Parts: sequence; C-alpha cells; structure tokens
Amino acid sequence: MDQNFRLSDGGLINRDKKLSFKFNNKNYYGYEGDTLASALIANGVHLIGRSFKYHRPRGFFGAGVDEPYAMVQLYRNGETEPNIKATEQELFEGLEATSVNCWPSVNFDIGAINNFLKIFLPAGFYYKTFMWPKSFWYKVYEPFIRKSAGLGVASIKHDKERYEHKYEYCDLLIAGSGPSGLASAYAAAKNGARVILAEDKARFGGTLLTSEVNIGNKSGKEWAEGIIAELKEMPNVTVKNRSQVFGYYDHNMLVMSERISDHLSKTKKFHPKQRLWYIRAKEVLISSGSIERPIVFGNNDTPGVMLSSAAKEYLKVYGVLVGRNPLIFTNNDSGYETAIEFKKNGVDPTILDTRKDPQSEIIDEAKNLGINIKFSYVVVAAQGYKKVKSADIAKISDDKEQLGSVENIKCDCICVSGFWTPTIHLASQSGNKTKFNEEIDAFVPGTSKQNETTLGAANGSYTLEETLKNSFETAYDLSKKITNNDNKISLPNVVEKKSTTHDKFWCVPLPNGKNYKRFVDFQNDVAVSDIEIALKEGYRSIEHVKRYTTLGMATDQGKTSNLNGLQLVSNIENKVVPNVGHTTFRPPYTPVSIGAIVGREVGKHSKPTRKSPMHKWHEQNNAIFVDAGVWLRPRYYKQGNENLFEASKREAKNVRTNVGVCDVTTLGKIDIKGPNAAELLNRVYTNAWLKLPVGKARYGVMLREDGIVMDDGTTTRISENHYHMTTTTAQAANVLSHLEYYLQLIWPELNVNVVSTTEQWAGAAVAGPKSRDLLQKLFPKSDVSNEGLPFMGYIEGDLFGVKARIFRISFSGELAYEVNVESDNGNFMWEKIMEVGEEFKIQPYGTEALSTLRIEMGHVAGSELDGRTIPYDNSLEGLLSKKKDFIGKRSLTRKAFIAEDRQKIVGVVPLDKKTSIPEGSHLVKDSNAPLPNPKLGYISASCWSVEHDNPFSLAILKNGKNMIGEKLFVMSPLKNKVIPVEIVSSHYVDPKGERVRS
Amino acid sequence: MLHIKCPHCGMRSQNEFSYGGDATVKRPELGKEISDQDWDNFVYNRKSLRGKHLELWQHLSGCRQWIKVERDTATHEIFRTLKANEDNS
Repeated sequence: MDQNFRLSDGGLINRDKKLSFKFNNKNYYGYEGDTLASALIANGVHLIGRSFKYHRPRGFFGAGVDEPYAMVQLYRNGETEPNIKATEQELFEGLEATSVNCWPSVNFDIGAINNFLKIFLPAGFYYKTFMWPKSFWYKVYEPFIRKSAGLGVASIKHDKERYEHKYEYCDLLIAGSGPSGLASAYAAAKNGARVILAEDKARFGGTLLTSEVNIGNKSGKEWAEGIIAELKEMPNVTVKNRSQVFGYYDHNMLVMSERISDHLSKTKKFHPKQRLWYIRAKEVLISSGSIERPIVFGNNDTPGVMLSSAAKEYLKVYGVLVGRNPLIFTNNDSGYETAIEFKKNGVDPTILDTRKDPQSEIIDEAKNLGINIKFSYVVVAAQGYKKVKSADIAKISDDKEQLGSVENIKCDCICVSGFWTPTIHLASQSGNKTKFNEEIDAFVPGTSKQNETTLGAANGSYTLEETLKNSFETAYDLSKKITNNDNKISLPNVVEKKSTTHDKFWCVPLPNGKNYKRFVDFQNDVAVSDIEIALKEGYRSIEHVKRYTTLGMATDQGKTSNLNGLQLVSNIENKVVPNVGHTTFRPPYTPVSIGAIVGREVGKHSKPTRKSPMHKWHEQNNAIFVDAGVWLRPRYYKQGNENLFEASKREAKNVRTNVGVCDVTTLGKIDIKGPNAAELLNRVYTNAWLKLPVGKARYGVMLREDGIVMDDGTTTRISENHYHMTTTTAQAANVLSHLEYYLQLIWPELNVNVVSTTEQWAGAAVAGPKSRDLLQKLFPKSDVSNEGLPFMGYIEGDLFGVKARIFRISFSGELAYEVNVESDNGNFMWEKIMEVGEEFKIQPYGTEALSTLRIEMGHVAGSELDGRTIPYDNSLEGLLSKKKDFIGKRSLTRKAFIAEDRQKIVGVVPLDKKTSIPEGSHLVKDSNAPLPNPKLGYISASCWSVEHDNPFSLAILKNGKNMIGEKLFVMSPLKNKVIPVEIVSSHYVDPKGERVRS
Repeated sequence: MLHIKCPHCGMRSQNEFSYGGDATVKRPELGKEISDQDWDNFVYNRKSLRGKHLELWQHLSGCRQWIKVERDTATHEIFRTLKANEDNS
C-alpha cells in the first residue's frame, strides 16, 4: 500500500529511510521518525481496535501519551508486548502489531453486539449483573469477562531483554522539554546547577515543534534545537529523551523510565531495553505541558474524531494528513491553528466555533486565508461506523441550551479542541494542594508540599512570552539558591500570535429524539448517560462516581476525560467544579513495564548468592545444591544413579557407622568481645552464662520479648573476654541486629562489641563414631581424647600448618567436632579432612542427611523454632534459668504458655513403618470426624530414620507431654493421605545422649 | 523512598535502613516485678499514631547503628534524627 495521506514534503521524518512494517498482517511502509500511528494514518488506516465494553470501532484520538484508543499488541524480535500505544511506539524496520480487544478481527467483531445491547451495559454493570447466583462467578461470569474485556495478551515466555536501574542525584530535575522545560534547563545549567532534563518523546521541544512562533529571530523548532545542542555539551547537564518521569514520591524522589531500545528492531548488544531512574532532586521543575480537552458530542468516539492538536502534530511533525476534508470543532483559538496548517498544505477545512463572535489575530489570519468558519455552531453527532463520513451539525443558542435545525455535512475527520488541561499529575503526586483556575476551567498546582515548581502550560500559562520569562526567572532563582552562582540569561525576543478567551462549553446537548452515545471516557467506554445513572443512583463523591462508572480508570488514567467528567458531575449536581474536586492522581503517570520495575533483580539475581569457600569442591564432587536462605548448600552428593532419598540415607548411615563431614560454613558466627560479654550472654540466653570457663562451649536458646524462641546455637568462650557465638543459618542477620539493639539502646552501659564473622570462618562438622580417630590424625600434636577435649570442649589446633579452632559440639547426635579455619583455608581444610579420612571411610554429607540425623535425634531446628513456639514446646524448658532474668522471661508465665495441655514436641512413627509422612500434615484423633476436624498438632519435620530403617517425624502436638503411646492419624489433604501413627518420644535415637559424650 | 539523615553517616536512602518501631517504649528493668498489664503494654500494645512519631531505625547497610527518627506518619516529613544515646526531649 502507498502512503496516500503523506504530504510530498515537510515534517521532521527522515524520508530517505523507508521502513516496512505489518499491522494486522498487512504490509505497509513508513519513514524513520514516524510513530506507528503516524505511519498508519499516512496509509489511511484509522480503524485500530475495538472499545473496551461495547467493542465499538476505535481509531486514533491523540498523538502521544494521552491516547485512549490506539493500543496494539506489539511483536518485536520474537517477543510480544500488550497495550503499546501506537501514538508512542516509534516505527522500526520489521515492526509488527495487531489490534487488541477484538475477535475474530478488528473489521468484524462479534463483541460489537454489546454496542446494540448497550442498554444492558450501563454504569455499575459489573456490580449489578455478575453478583448472583454466587456459584456462577468462577464458571460463567469470570471467563466471560476475561474473554470479552481485557486488552492485550501478556507474553508467558521469559523476557530475555535486560532492564536496568540507576540511582541519580541532581540539583534540578526538569520534567518535559517544551518551552518552559528548555528555558528553565538552560537558565539553571548556565548558572552552574546539576540538571537532568527529561523528555517523554523522541524529539525535544514539545509544542515548539508545532507552533508558529519566533524566539530570538529563530523559529520555535530552531531555537529548541539550539538550546538542546548546547545543553548536551555541558558537563553539568544530563539530557534524556524517550524518558518519562512518571512518579513523584517522598522526599523529592522521582522515578523516570527511559526507553532505550523500544524504538529499535532489536536491542543492541550489552544495552538494556529500558532503564528505570531513581532520581533524588533538590528541586523539581514540572514542565509537563497540557493536554487538549475533547468536546463531548454524539458518537464522538468514531474513528476520525481526534484532538485538533494531534491533527496538527501529524501534519507538522510527520507530514501526514488525518483527512482530506477536515471539520474543525473548537471552542477556542487552538482549532484555528490546526485549520491554518491544513489550509497551508492545500486542504480546505471547515471550522465550527461554538463562540458567537470571537476576535483575535489567529482568527483574522484564518479569515484572510479564506477558511470557511461557522460561528455558534456545534457538531451534534459524527456519522459513519468505522470512519467518519459526515457530521450532523447545528447552530447553538447563546445560552448553549438549544440546537437549531440539524444539517449534515460531508467530512472525513473531525478535529476537536475544547481548550487545554494542564498536566498536573506530578505536582499532585508530590502532595501539592491543587486549585481550580476559573479562567481556564481546569485545576492548576497550588501550595507545594515538596520542592517542586510547575511552569508553563502545566501551570495554566498559555502564552509563550510569559512562559519563557517565568521559566528563566524560576530556574535562575532556584539554581542561585543551590549553587550561589549569579549568571542570569536575558530573555530573547518572542513573537507569537495573540489569542482570545475560550468558550466554557464542553458538551453538546442531544437533539430531540436522538440518543447518541456521548463518550466522556473513551478507553473505558464511559458515556454521559453512565455518569447520569451513577448520580441518579446516589453516588455523590467523585471518587465513588469514578469507581462505579470506571471513569478515568483505564490505562490512560483519564488524561482526556477527567475534567469533562467533573464538569458533568458539577452540572448535574449544580455545583461548581472546585467543590466536586478531582480524584487523586497516583503514579505512574503512564504504564511502566514490569521488566523496568524489576530491573536486574530477576531469577537468580533477585538476591545475592552466597557460597562457602568449599563450593567448588562440592561442585566437582557431584553435589546437588539447595537454597538455604541466600546460601547455596550441598543437599546431597550424588553417586551413580542415586536419587535424593537413596543418597541422603547412605550419607546419614555413614555418619552413624563411620564418619561424615558436612560444610557448616553457613552457620551465623558472631564475635563478641568486651568485659561485659558474659553479662550480655546471660541476658540474651535463657540459661546461665556467667560461669562458663575459658575453652568451653555451651548450647543456648534466645527468646524474643514475647517468649517465642528466636534462635539457638552454641557459644564458646575463646578467652577471658572473648566469645564466639553461632546462630542458625537463617537467623544470623536478625540475631546480630538483636544484639546491637540491646547493646545500643537498652543496655548501653554494657561494654561489649559484636561483629559478624560468618564470612571469616569456614566450618566443617566431622561426625560419627570414627571422628575422634580422624581428628587425632588431623591434629597429631593436640590431645583430642575424651579427657583432653570432652563434650562441649574447645581447643585450638594446628592443621598441617593452618591455625584451626576445634569445637566438640554435635548436631547429628554422634560423637562430633566442628573444625573452623580462616575462610581462605577452607578448601585446604576440607581436602585434608577428605584425604586423611579416607581410611575411616569418610563421606561428605549434605543438608538432607544432616536433617535426617538431627530429626531422629530429636534436635530442634528452624522447622520447630518457627516463630510460634516457646522453649517448653521444644522440650527446652530445662534451659530456663530460675535464678536470673533474661529477654522474654516474663512472657513465659502467661496463661497460655503454662497451660496444662500446652503443645509439645513428640516423635511420630507410622503404624505400618513404611509410609512416609508429609511435612506440614495435621494430626487428628479421628480421621473420619466431620469437618472441620479438630487439629491436635502438625508435623514439623520428617525423615527416614537410618537407625531404625523406617519413617520418623517430629510433631508439635497439643498436650504432647501425655500423648506418648497414643495412636492418632496424620492427615494431608494436599497429598490426599491418611496415615495411622503412633506417638513416641522425640528422641528416637540414643535418648540418653551417650554417643556425644563417648 | 524516604531520605533519612543518619546522625553518623549523613543523608541516606531508606533502603539502607530497617524499621524498629516506637522509640519511646521503655524496656522494664531486668529482674523487677511487673504486672501482666504493664508487661503486655511493653510487649504488645502500641498506638498507631497519625502525626509526629519518634521511632527507631537501624542503619543496617551502613554503620549498623540504631538511631531515633522523628517522623510524621501521615506526611513522612522527618523533623530530626538522633543518635541512640541522645535525649529526645
């Protein structure tokens, strides 16, 4: 197809570079510098999609961020993205796009039947229709809504693109590069301030690109280009196009999304697709301009009805005609500018002006050009289904209530201008108390809460001279405050045409006997009648009206609809707009891709990965890893075709019979030093610590103030005032903060320092009946006999020239030791242990075997110390000192905690000694009891006992103390299992603890 | 994201800090008799204030010091920040 609606010259596109693209599987051409919208319009394509509710044909309404209709499903480099605005998507070679929200095709859409059944789809339709019967929701209503509503389709594939985050600080952040943005950036930059200038579009300059003005003897466009070129050269300035500042958050933090590669066929190597900027600015200048307001009339959603400023932009920037027989419908002078552009390009427009007899330079120019102007005229309704074919027009009375006789005139587009709405979103997001400006019928920023200033059209200032003057002055003042420089720019000479006041007219009355849909919110299909119904039904607050009708709730967030909605509510309610108030503006101003929000923190990169110094060895020895918090730990070491179950059983059994070695580097380690260290431990742990001798370790439990167990571990007295504390892997960071909290805030008089040494020490647990023999060979110079190094003893040793700490502590319940060396020597230690251990049949064991060993011993771990249990529940009440106070002690006397039938840890064995018990299952008395079956407890951890060769679990069971020997049922509805079990002691192996002391 | 002035390190972003609750709560002295009610008040009962609130934050990814921050819970305005041992009167 040829670009029939492209002018032979003009525009800012690169006509030397032709690009091919596909829309709904048809091939078209455009030029570099086009948007998908401008290229489609150049090809005469105006039917883009179907509307949300009624599936009415929809085309283009705007030329940028405010576009409510023209959203497409975009295909780029094998990826797809929904809801891309055709007016924002720049054209690239090979671009493919399809319509959204239509089925089977945009030309023939079955859902359009909704349009003819619209009587059934009034305001609040979702609330009214789908409420009953309740059982219909999942099977009938929801699938129906999902099919008929919704916009594009999200890709379910992994997004291969890269997204980045950047943190930046600046003196002035300037959002928008129109006249006020350029002027203020220039003035502040010249005054030495660090400036970031952000422009949403590809081209800088905003309205300067489309308006007939002269600044310092240059056209607006040339002036803008000059300023930008100069700013780009300045080291204190960052200039970013394709960058939308979409959110204004607390403490002058703004977030900007930069689209780096979306305009290219393919992201360049090592480039991100998008980058999210977190910008902390000392001052923010909001120069976001304004958006043209539609006038509401019948069928005002027909493709071909669009904003007059958009028509002008298509002409001046893209060299594209939106129609050859345009009708301009305006209540102010802006429509004339569009008409004049048409005329200059050889197209004869007709202007309908709602005003009776306006006088201004622009109007005179239009008259002089011989443009056909009809004053006191309105468009009653657009005619045509998939494209405007004609318009019903009529004269309107001076009070704007009565229509004259309706005539029909031919036209192929209707360009609407209902004056301008300042884009106050950022200001409002910052907490600015906006105020209503009667003169322009719109809200403008009022009292600032944060350091922001709004300039130019966004502030309701519509003359160029005033805008430039204010912008130069404001930027100079603010930058002077920050930099103390005094370099002022003088205002260039500005030539612009004077315009006159607009007509406060925004909605054309319905002619007698006609019932045209007059849309207020185009994307969500909210018509005048819907808002009327909402008010009739008693909704008063604008926030309620919004939610009931969905006015302003679509992806365009009411950029073109908010004020007309407010006007309508005010009219019906006989209130003035400022009394109705506007709904809250919330970030983001425009949709932001999830990828950009997530940034690089995807998959494995969502958190750091911690590896022990022995990680490589584990990898080389077939370790299968498991995530333990952010750590990677060997779960088991695979031999041959073993599965997890077989391998962990083998590893655990080898610990019970020979000797095993486990990487315990991940345990939290905290170095505690100071004359009051023992006192701190005595307050933090539940048991007594003042008399622990040097060279001894002790097991301790610490509580939260509410009596719940926080963590457990051993702490060793290394020397007089020096302790080495270990914590569980999961709680390491919390325990350190906990200690710091008490030392810094509660007991600052304690002279103690704490510091994490988790990363400084590599640890290996050597466990099993042959562990002492192995240890003796590893440390031939040390006395590791039961007398020389008794249970809970500590010595320092020499491991083939490497300094080592040896703790005789045991988690497996076997005779066991933990050897620590400085991290750099971790691998050396590990290899030596493996080498020397060979004759004792040593095997490494992973977390799965580790769990098995501790579970059958009845040692508690994270699954029991789960933030819900007190010491008694874990049979740790023997560790509660009666003689001293400690953190959380007072809570333990609370009623529930001393109840006779308080929950307690028990062991659970299936009666058939075969069926494994799923963790998380519930324990019940009667498996056939009616639901809800009273739950007596839950399975906290399960294993296959290698000692007894049958399944064994730990459970936290109500009245566990008196339940030993009881027969209960384990129920797992998730796994659909009911298992008869017997309750036994939680100490399933070596209940007297003889092995650890042997 | 808040911008918090650590009294030890200077202005830092909120993501370096962790929140630690009401800074005006006094822990009862160790070993002292205390009623259930008073203990409950210490452990559980907090006012959810709208407005000026003195609260604890820890500069977790910085100097690891616990600090006091006087903040408006509704507007997020931060009036001042104090070291742990500074009096908040």
